[in-house]
Amino acid sequence: MQEIAVKKEMSSFRRGMQEGTSIAIGYFPIALTFGLIAKSTGLALSETVLMSLIVFAGASQYMALNLLSLGTGIYEIILTTFIVNIRHFLMSASLREKTEDDHVLKQAAFAFGITDETFSVASINSSPVTSGYMFGVNGVAYASWVICSGLGFIFGAALPHVLQESMSIALYAMFIGLLVPSLKGNKKVILLAVTSACLNSAFTLSHFLGTGWSIVTSTLISAVLVEAVDGARKRGKEA
Amino acid sequence: MNTSILLMIIGMGAVTYIPRALPFVLFKNRELPPFLQGVLRNIPFATLGALIFPAVLLIQDNILYGLIGAAAAFLLSYLGLNVIVSVLGSIVVLTLYSAIF
Repeated sequence: MQEIAVKKEMSSFRRGMQEGTSIAIGYFPIALTFGLIAKSTGLALSETVLMSLIVFAGASQYMALNLLSLGTGIYEIILTTFIVNIRHFLMSASLREKTEDDHVLKQAAFAFGITDETFSVASINSSPVTSGYMFGVNGVAYASWVICSGLGFIFGAALPHVLQESMSIALYAMFIGLLVPSLKGNKKVILLAVTSACLNSAFTLSHFLGTGWSIVTSTLISAVLVEAVDGARKRGKEA
Repeated sequence: MNTSILLMIIGMGAVTYIPRALPFVLFKNRELPPFLQGVLRNIPFATLGALIFPAVLLIQDNILYGLIGAAAAFLLSYLGLNVIVSVLGSIVVLTLYSAIF
């Protein structure tokens, strides 16, 4: 029995690594560029890699570099990081509904690797989600992020500009690739994605909200609204 | 290594990790109300919409650039191709686009 359980863990870990590969590719350009900018901001190689190791959140790491170069104090940077990353709370809460129950320490361990990308892959691609699977997806993504941050610091300037530019589409292409199969013939999913896309565009382009808050707010409004409408429609059918 | 940078990194790591782990600890062994469960099941699709727009249009000054990349990814995944193929395919399309124009 024990052996079967170990085998099952192993294969779901491997499946997670496979499904995490598109994230690893998507992280190349972002992490390389991060390393490159970190160097020009004046960070040491050790500090650059350490930030990727400990924080593992792209947008806020870019933001930290930007604020550092403007001479902002570290407490302000930490507070801004919190605001930018609070959306992960929503993602973890959603993912928790989908993951098989496991020891809380194991779950708290893989929770470190929950990013926009690993969350999207895990919550769209497969069900049920085990801890082993999560370690696979997050592990591949994390390794790519940390290693490429370091490589970007050392070699970033040598990367051809055209390729650097075209690779910036990678993560968005991945998000689209995850969303489209679920969109097909599912009005609820279309409604959810379109509503939040419109809200987020309105909030950010009007500078009404910063990117972090805007994603949280648009996601929540869309998810609650569509659920309420869908619930009312179902009740109407039953009555 | 600079001490204040080190402090900053540790602080950033802590405030990033807490929201990631909290739901697993907070809601352990707790069944949430059905409506809330429904909302949480909606989150992935809503998040993807907000992650894609408007950011994908702003990856370059030229809005067309992001639009073409997004269209390529949409088409490839609509045809039922694997996510990695969509990612690599849209990179190739944009590389060709910049080579031509």
